[in-house]
Amino acid sequence: MTRKRRRLIVLLACLAGLGTATGLALSAFSSSIVFFVTPTDLATRPPADARLVRLGGLVQQGSVQHALADGHPLVRFRVTDGHDSILVSFSGILPGLFREGQGVVVQGRLAPGGTFEADQVLARHDSAYMPKALVEALKKRGLWNPSAGPPPPPATWDTMRIPTKSGG
Amino acid sequence: MIPELGNFALALACCLAAAQAVLLLLGAERRDARLMAMAPGLAFGQLIAIATSFAALAWSNAISDFSVQNVAAFSQSQAPLFYKLTGTWGNHDGSILLWCLVLAICGATVGAFGANLPATLRARVIGVMGAVAAGFLLFALTASNPFTRLSPPPMQGQGMNPLLQDPALAIHPPILYLGYVGFSVPFAFAIAALLERRVDAAWGRWVRPWALTSWCFLTCGIALGSWWAYYDLGWGGFWFWDPVENSSLLPWLTGTALLHSAIVVEKRESLKVWSVLLAIVTFSLSLSGTFLTRSGILNSVHAFAVAPTRGLFILALLGLVIVPSLLLFAFRAPILAPAGLFAPVSREGAIVLNNILLCSIAAVVFTGTLYPPFAALVAGEQLSVGAPFFNSTVLPLAIPLVLAMSLGPTLSWKRAALFPALLRLWWVALAAAAVGIIVALGWHGLAALGFAGSTWLILGAIRDIAARVRLFRLPLSESLSRLAGVPLGAIGAAIAHAGLGVTIAGISGMTFAAQRVVFLHPGQATDFAGYHWALTALDHVPGPDFNAEVATLPASRDGRIVAVLHPADHTFPVQGTDVTDTAIRTNLVVDLYTALGAVHDGGAEVRLRYDPLAPWIWLGALVMAAGGGLSLADRRLRVGAPARRPSLPSPPGGGRRPARAAG
Repeated sequence: MTRKRRRLIVLLACLAGLGTATGLALSAFSSSIVFFVTPTDLATRPPADARLVRLGGLVQQGSVQHALADGHPLVRFRVTDGHDSILVSFSGILPGLFREGQGVVVQGRLAPGGTFEADQVLARHDSAYMPKALVEALKKRGLWNPSAGPPPPPATWDTMRIPTKSGG
Repeated sequence: MIPELGNFALALACCLAAAQAVLLLLGAERRDARLMAMAPGLAFGQLIAIATSFAALAWSNAISDFSVQNVAAFSQSQAPLFYKLTGTWGNHDGSILLWCLVLAICGATVGAFGANLPATLRARVIGVMGAVAAGFLLFALTASNPFTRLSPPPMQGQGMNPLLQDPALAIHPPILYLGYVGFSVPFAFAIAALLERRVDAAWGRWVRPWALTSWCFLTCGIALGSWWAYYDLGWGGFWFWDPVENSSLLPWLTGTALLHSAIVVEKRESLKVWSVLLAIVTFSLSLSGTFLTRSGILNSVHAFAVAPTRGLFILALLGLVIVPSLLLFAFRAPILAPAGLFAPVSREGAIVLNNILLCSIAAVVFTGTLYPPFAALVAGEQLSVGAPFFNSTVLPLAIPLVLAMSLGPTLSWKRAALFPALLRLWWVALAAAAVGIIVALGWHGLAALGFAGSTWLILGAIRDIAARVRLFRLPLSESLSRLAGVPLGAIGAAIAHAGLGVTIAGISGMTFAAQRVVFLHPGQATDFAGYHWALTALDHVPGPDFNAEVATLPASRDGRIVAVLHPADHTFPVQGTDVTDTAIRTNLVVDLYTALGAVHDGGAEVRLRYDPLAPWIWLGALVMAAGGGLSLADRRLRVGAPARRPSLPSPPGGGRRPARAAG
């Protein structure tokens, strides 16, 4: 075994390993990327064929309802981004940091009836948390400039006038 | 007064670290013995200064000095003393201080145990560590100073995140940091070797114990974090492929590769360039792991202590450490020529395969973790890469890795034959196949793969030791006496490999986990997973700084009560958050897991889980770390007991050592 030959083999093995890794990554990417959406996105551009998405927003004040379906808890709440809101239904236990008026990310699909059926509710382990998608959405609508200070209180968002719409 | 002392000590540490970097690197370059002799002193001085600073912050936390902004923001006076102390590192500024403290401990340890290192190498290693420390201490001092005062001080602090008030999570950061920062020593050795233009077997022997120690701590730290997520978050998951978790897994993967390639450097003087690169990459990933998740660049659902405003400083600092290291590597690596030749089928070949696979896994995890911020930056698209991506990319790469793990130790160094090695493993392969087929027929395909792999690993490890003591070929008593002669390193390696097998078995067992979420009123019961779960009482219990709803939930089987579980829900009024306190009954084979959800209408939502083999996930990690610790005790690695020390050329008094001829 000459040194050249050995190098070639090692190089080929490396290429094979990295090639497999790249191939696997590319093939898995197309099916497992989960987009962040806001309630407005869902209302204006509903994702095709009930694709799995992550919905970010604030839990609307006073919208959380606990109910029972065949003895299993079923919770419904509205997620808002200050412009649109959407009804989310979730069968399971909400995380401890889930609060009305606070940021939440739910993962699930938009059901035909217009409800968002969540299979995961993620609340950040930090009470001051705002989903990044929501921050972007608020910035885009001119409701909040993050460099200017803390966000306006979420309770006011639903009634806030959006400057770009209907002439202010 | 105490916080000012802490601040002063921090500034002093920063100056000492800068002096350590400049004086020692300069001294090594000029072969100035007086400058180089300052290495241990400077390292100890820096340690003492940072320890003083850290003690001052811990003291401010312990006495709840709310005039310190950091304490006011993350502590409160009613919290138990233990959590006040652990709260020192439960926030961004304090955790950076802890990070610097661990770095200083590593530097001082090199200073203390490095008496037998060549003087220039020791000076360079400690100098490089000083340079890294100076950067991060400057960051701590200017951008995230934990000693900033508040005037007027508030009457009460805002309190610690209640999720952090947990023994496992309280000790999680120090252990994880020992792992992360421990890799700074192999990194410093790699940079020093590039500066010296020399990597030899001795280099491998110095680097390996450090890589091994850090790896053990990192393994424990990751396992602790995963265990915490399992029992504390209340949804029974143990790994979410979250950026925070991935960023601790990445240095673990490359660190594992380094651990193995350093053996080849030590034994065969081969794979030198590669090991140096791995040492640089591992520490770079450790740094990025610690700081990217804290800078807000990686968007994670469970990151603590985030300070997005300082992201730029951190990025610049990361660039300053990583880019020059890689440049130095690019320029100097061609000088380090390999010495030992080996055939593709050999122990070295198996380790190369291990390295390729581990690095490929690291590459896909890296891609999946960094793709979301990349997409946000380039396309303005907010997205996340979910668990399916990682599962479907890591699994196919892990299968050959597991196969090679039992095969590798049967191969001999330099040149081996594949077929006889496979023959030696025939009964291991047979057993693994049998387990796989039974599970596949009875239950689940993916679990079958996992159990077959774990059988293959555990039996392979047993076979390795059995072959070394010639079990059943010699009388048992003679085999036992041979056991004492087996190098601890080999036993440790076998144990660590078996530990991974235990973890894989645990993960595979979790595919059989079942869960049910029910709403129960006191007095109601439900049947699930062969147990009868009754909610007998729901009580309101006030705690020191929280109010708790505590359920009493006896689980019985065949009319006999197996366990009385008390899942609870703690409400922290100061922070305005709820924390679930799960109740888990384990017999080390099966976990009965209960968590309490919302309490309303006089009843409670209860999550019931039946998790077979769950504890094995973390037990396996402990076994891995124990194996690593055992090989650390190997005589060949022990500091001060090097086997081939006298044959090493001692550094010539003046003049540069000749570089090894290339080719």
